[in-house]
Amino acid sequence: MSTASRRTRRRMSAMACAASFAALALVVPAAGCAPQAGPGGDKKTVSYWMWDSAQQPSYEACAREFHKKNPGLRVKITQIGWDYYWTKLTSSFIAGTQPDAFTNHVAKFPQYERIGVLSPLDELGPTRGIKASDYAPGLAKPWMGRDGHRYGAPKDWDTVGVFYNKKITRAAGVSDGELRDLEWNPKDGGSFEKVLARLTVDANGKRGDEPGFDKDNVERYGLATGDAGGENHGQTQWSAFTGSNGWSYTDKNPWGERYNYDQKRFQETIDWYFGLAEKGYMAPLEDYSDTNYPEVQLGSGKAALATEGSWKLGAFAGLKGVDLGIAPTPKGPTGKRASMMGGLADSIPKDAKNKKGAAKWVAFLASDECQNIVGKDATVFPATPEGTKKAVATHRENGLDVTPFTRHIEEGTTFSFPVTDYSADVTAIMIPTMEEIYAGDSPASSLTETNKQVNFLFQQRD
Amino acid sequence: MAVTKPTTAHPPSGSRAPGDTRTALLFIAPAMLGYLVFLVWPTLRGVYLSFTSFDLLSAERWVGLDNYRRLVNDPVFWDSLGATLHYVVVNIGVQTVVALLIAVLMHRLTRSTALRGIVLAPYLVSNVVAGIVWLWILDTQLGVGNEVIELLGFDRIAFFGDASWAIPTIALVNVWRHVGYTALLIFAGLQSIPPTVYEAGRVDGASEWRMFRSITLPLLRPVLSLVLIITVVGSFQVFDTVSVTTDGKPANATNVLQLYIYDLAFDRLQFGYASAISVALMLVLTVITVVQYRLMRAGRSDLG
Repeated sequence: MSTASRRTRRRMSAMACAASFAALALVVPAAGCAPQAGPGGDKKTVSYWMWDSAQQPSYEACAREFHKKNPGLRVKITQIGWDYYWTKLTSSFIAGTQPDAFTNHVAKFPQYERIGVLSPLDELGPTRGIKASDYAPGLAKPWMGRDGHRYGAPKDWDTVGVFYNKKITRAAGVSDGELRDLEWNPKDGGSFEKVLARLTVDANGKRGDEPGFDKDNVERYGLATGDAGGENHGQTQWSAFTGSNGWSYTDKNPWGERYNYDQKRFQETIDWYFGLAEKGYMAPLEDYSDTNYPEVQLGSGKAALATEGSWKLGAFAGLKGVDLGIAPTPKGPTGKRASMMGGLADSIPKDAKNKKGAAKWVAFLASDECQNIVGKDATVFPATPEGTKKAVATHRENGLDVTPFTRHIEEGTTFSFPVTDYSADVTAIMIPTMEEIYAGDSPASSLTETNKQVNFLFQQRD
Repeated sequence: MAVTKPTTAHPPSGSRAPGDTRTALLFIAPAMLGYLVFLVWPTLRGVYLSFTSFDLLSAERWVGLDNYRRLVNDPVFWDSLGATLHYVVVNIGVQTVVALLIAVLMHRLTRSTALRGIVLAPYLVSNVVAGIVWLWILDTQLGVGNEVIELLGFDRIAFFGDASWAIPTIALVNVWRHVGYTALLIFAGLQSIPPTVYEAGRVDGASEWRMFRSITLPLLRPVLSLVLIITVVGSFQVFDTVSVTTDGKPANATNVLQLYIYDLAFDRLQFGYASAISVALMLVLTVITVVQYRLMRAGRSDLG
């Protein structure tokens, strides 16, 4: 069942067009998919799209609060699953049926910036005052377009951490303190790899660090598989390692024009990371599927550790029979930890029917008032420091120590998602490449050739 | 998928009513309109777009042969073409042989309509549903199919997850769905062979196999070649089954042409390049169809 979500993402929506595509021998049916006039927007409602159903209640609460302050405006929230969200959004821009505001992701932002379908928020009254300094450091920067305008109002942030089941680690004689203080290196994997070996158990009950361990018959892996990471720049898979080995994706960020997949630091990290699967310490690529996410592997006892994003806190905390522990990502050769910091933002389409109302709503979403509501629910970490405090407090009340996520912000060990042009094309190249390396069909050195292909994209004439 | 219909020869009539042409045009008009709007215009527009850079939102920009140059140098395109050919060979090869077998059995052994209905049943299921059902049946960890394989003492097989299994698996899923329909088309062809020929064969003491080789196959040729042309063209355009099962994975092993085109156009907004590949696919299909038609002398029958 592997990859079902990606599959479905392609399906649906643009379906009408796609159908004529597949049915007639071809040729882009542009004429058949011409823009249509959207339904006339009324100025009393603001339509808002988001994909995360877990966060919807918090934002519904914000919407009620917003309505109290602006009695003439009502917010209509539409939740569309991630798999369908982006195709639906893209087609809505073409068809002129776009929402007044929507949750945006840095991975998708460059494409929308390029085709010019977003409104500069610094030119709209209510959102003009949004300042980068109001939010966690580094959070607001990726949302600046090449023209220097702001296209997204930060709403939350996330970092990566190591989730584990204390029952399993304790039984293996690995203490919480030990897990909080791991380091890795590309030569022998350091204490991180040692712990993984210790936590790996084969069908005969032999541990990964014991003689006679059968790596082809593993009962429980030290590390869960989260796919090859080609689709999301390894965010929850290998980015904490490439980052703590002192590597960055591009020559500059945002709007870099050269990727660095050919650098030794990257390739040696990838070589080591996917080598963990070769050694039997990490679950193989085939074990990853949409019914077998890392949290499921942890819950079913198929894996002892999982690197995942802070947005998965709820999913992990809800696992039955798991005594959840969280550790920070290990220190690397740089002597520091590293985590990608992702963050969502709200954007307003250029042709939004109710732009004025949308700007008011987006400004409200980015304000402490709404951020505190979201923080209290603690499904994500809100973008403002105030909201984050609320979320941390809620987690503490529930007995969860989330400092492994927040310390990255405090210690300044975060880096951003690479924002570049041609992001969809880069992803299309990286997905199969990383899968091949994970499966052991290509060496990490093949990334040098891949990097040429990626960088070739930037030489296309405009 | 235009199938050339043999123009029925009109018996030469002496005097034609003067209003005939106008009435004829009137009757043709709706179909003609659809043909122009949904086939001719999009095709022409697609060919034009293949010479442009177009993201669907801003105006297209003429780039000459750039897209075609890129196509020639694009390893993903050639891999994609290879995956598609692999699919077509397995799909058409197995499907034609099995369909022919079913058709001959239906023709020579039984006349049961119920049986014909059963043979056709999978065709009534949509491609997407068929794909998803098989995806679950063959799932590595949860699938019934793999449970059975394990019960028989074999290792579980990642049918859709393994690079060497994925294309044959998808090809066979589609054989399962289409074979009944293809068999029915061939069956119709078989019925046009006069029973007297078989009688003559039997009188001469020919075996069933001999009659199949010397009577059935040669006389079936025109129908068979038409069936092949239709199924090959359809097979090259495989999309939905792949889209709902593997979506190009693993490592582009199932990235068939239509999927690549769709991904380029709707995920990457490169409508110009996607059009160029579409045009290339159209050319490939045209050549294959013409060659097939010639080789199999589809237009002529060996029947007296």
